[in-house]
Amino acid sequence: MKREKYASKIGRPQHLPSNMVTCFYLTLFIFSLHSGNIMLDSSDPFVRFKNVQKSYDGETLVVKDLNLDIAAGEFVTMLGPSGSGKTTCLMMLAGFETATHGDIELGGRPINNIPPHKRGIGMVFQNYALFPHLTVAENLAFPLKVRKMSAAEVEDKVAKVLDMVQMRAFGDRKPAQLSGGQQQRIALARALVFEPDLVLMDEPLGALDKQLREHMQYEIKHIHESLGVTVVYVTHDQSEALTMSNRIAVFNDGVVQQLADPVTLYEKPENAFVAQFIGENNRLLGTVKDVTKGIASVELDNGDMVKALAINVGGKGERSLLSVRPERCIVTPKKSRGLTALNGRIEELIYLGDHIRCRMNVAGDDDFIVKVPNTSSQLGLVIGAEVYVGWETSDCRALDYLY
Amino acid sequence: MPNVVEPITAADGTPLKKKLARALFRSKLRAAGLVLPLFAFIIATFVVPIFALMLQGVHNDTFYTYMPRTAEVLNDWDGESLPGELVFATLAAELAKGKKERTVGKVATRVNRQYSGARSTFTKTARKAVKMEAPFKEAILKADKKWKRVEFWQAIKLTSETWTPAFYGAALDYELKLNEGFERKVEKERIHVKLFWRTLVISAVVMGCCLLLGYPVAYLLATLPLKTSNLLMILVLLPFWTSLLVRTTAWIAILQSQGVVNDILVWVGVTSDDSRFSLIYNMTGTVVAMTHILLPFMVLPLYSVMKTIPPAYVRAARSLGATPTLAFLRIYLPQTVPGIGAGGLLVFILAIGYYITPALVGGQSGVLISNMIAFHMKSSLNWSLAAALGGILLAGVLLLYWAYDRVVGIDNVKLG
Repeated sequence: MKREKYASKIGRPQHLPSNMVTCFYLTLFIFSLHSGNIMLDSSDPFVRFKNVQKSYDGETLVVKDLNLDIAAGEFVTMLGPSGSGKTTCLMMLAGFETATHGDIELGGRPINNIPPHKRGIGMVFQNYALFPHLTVAENLAFPLKVRKMSAAEVEDKVAKVLDMVQMRAFGDRKPAQLSGGQQQRIALARALVFEPDLVLMDEPLGALDKQLREHMQYEIKHIHESLGVTVVYVTHDQSEALTMSNRIAVFNDGVVQQLADPVTLYEKPENAFVAQFIGENNRLLGTVKDVTKGIASVELDNGDMVKALAINVGGKGERSLLSVRPERCIVTPKKSRGLTALNGRIEELIYLGDHIRCRMNVAGDDDFIVKVPNTSSQLGLVIGAEVYVGWETSDCRALDYLY
Repeated sequence: MPNVVEPITAADGTPLKKKLARALFRSKLRAAGLVLPLFAFIIATFVVPIFALMLQGVHNDTFYTYMPRTAEVLNDWDGESLPGELVFATLAAELAKGKKERTVGKVATRVNRQYSGARSTFTKTARKAVKMEAPFKEAILKADKKWKRVEFWQAIKLTSETWTPAFYGAALDYELKLNEGFERKVEKERIHVKLFWRTLVISAVVMGCCLLLGYPVAYLLATLPLKTSNLLMILVLLPFWTSLLVRTTAWIAILQSQGVVNDILVWVGVTSDDSRFSLIYNMTGTVVAMTHILLPFMVLPLYSVMKTIPPAYVRAARSLGATPTLAFLRIYLPQTVPGIGAGGLLVFILAIGYYITPALVGGQSGVLISNMIAFHMKSSLNWSLAAALGGILLAGVLLLYWAYDRVVGIDNVKLG
């Protein structure tokens, strides 16, 4: 297998760390810790799930035929509602659950029969799982000591990783004496201190408050970018997934619904579940009347005809769900040329500063949302007004009928 | 102007502290009222009897009660040679009185504990004392030849003293001698210290066995799915619902030489019919039966501690590169120490004072100090010695408790 040195990257400018000290220490850390780390050629998948199935009770499949390739250095998020099988996949990769069927490969090697402690995978657990009877420094030294490193080396690496998460002064504390955010940093540091090539994270930010969670998202993203480790991240929080990931695997019902980068996932959802799950979405239900040149003509349930991109529809006469993003709609007093336009009545207006959230009744659906930008020309909206709501045909996607 | 801090006052002008104390007094009174019945019950049935019994260990006034004047005149005796006529005259008078009032037997028994054979001397002399005339010394010396021995008189003087360390000495196999102090008993009479040691060793062995057997069970209970673990829990608790006697006699049926275990061993051919193992009425029987009976006291504290340890810790250790053994030793085991401490302490303290089981299955080599205490309480009626033995046992338990607190810390004990 062809291997090459991994060149470390510094965080992208649009996501500068919230404080520059982090950036400085991160850079220090990369050069001292990971300068000699070898990574796989990105053309070979580093992690591969091949036809993986998992059942706990022998009656139902929690994971149904999972195929997933993850390249070295990638940040892949498994996103889905609870019970969708994403955590089970992570546990199979970590070695705490065995696949009922199929192969899991790591670096080209099947690892189905390798016990967890020989896989060399770092893991951050949901509630951190910091050992309560050991101090922070002892927690961080644990993976190094079981690898029989010399005391000097252990001390050196622990000090460096403590610097990385800016917790130098906390080495002698017990985990119970730390705040949630501090525990989270230590858990992250512990998963990284033995320099694994793959780090798994099981909803690591779930217990933090919103502000800290967002801050930690950026920090994890930057650590990933600077260390070049492969990260597999599990969450049910879509904004978390969109913020950090290179690619996102949307899980539902044991199946990967769509695997794509954040932009594609949001802009071009391939099925109704993904459209509904990622971001806010307006749905209109109807029946396909005609499909020509990738454009579907759909008759809505109130009789209106709408044109939409035929992404995931059956033939003529099949039911379909049309998806339009709220920020792609405009509200106009009269029909605009070139746009699909439907009658609508304004039900509710919520002023949110940068935009106005306008809930409308469109085609019999009471829950049609339009995000109206806060510009002076749009401020004539009143509740109960009969208006037109319009969008480009290319912004409306005809998808499978989910309900 | 000096900066004087005015006491904060309530709305009606009284100082706030006073007001608060008055308000709290009511609730404190009510709280005290609620626990008062139990407090009184414990004082009456536990604290007072224990102190009364402990007192018996150093205080015995049998002799003084029935022969007070003899005791007084003996006080002035030097203990070197035979006492003078005054002592003999007083003794004769009080022996005669004791004979009439039928109290001489009690005195005789008391002296007999200090000097064996004294009982017959006392009763015989008392019979004759009724008709004795002066000089009493001659008459008494004629009545029994033991009165000629200085050691006999020394023993009497020792028993006439109401406060005495003699019983604690006896409990540790030492004999008290007048004018000489404590002297270690001859080898074949040293039984108590041996019994104390045996009690400690058996308790430690039982505790160890309980830990070895109970730890895996508690682990299973804590980790299996609820449905299975509930069933297991019933099996663990089942012995609690059966009478102690039934359980102990069941072990007799199983372990005796014609019992189930030996029958199977003979049938399999491990041993021949005429050389069956003696598994009961010795130390083995005591250890086996006590381990069985005390096992739940180890399992339950362990279980309650293990229940609170999420599986994520061991998983984290494994993902960090620890082998299953290392993850257990370094991560899981240290977190169960409070349970081990609680279970161990509970089992050990229960075992150290265990009575019924060793009495039934212990035979000669399997009895514990508690059986000796019971013997002195019920058969020999030497309550003072029983109290001394009990006092030493109590002191030993408290000492262990203290040592445990120093080493592990009593805050580290979790009973559930």
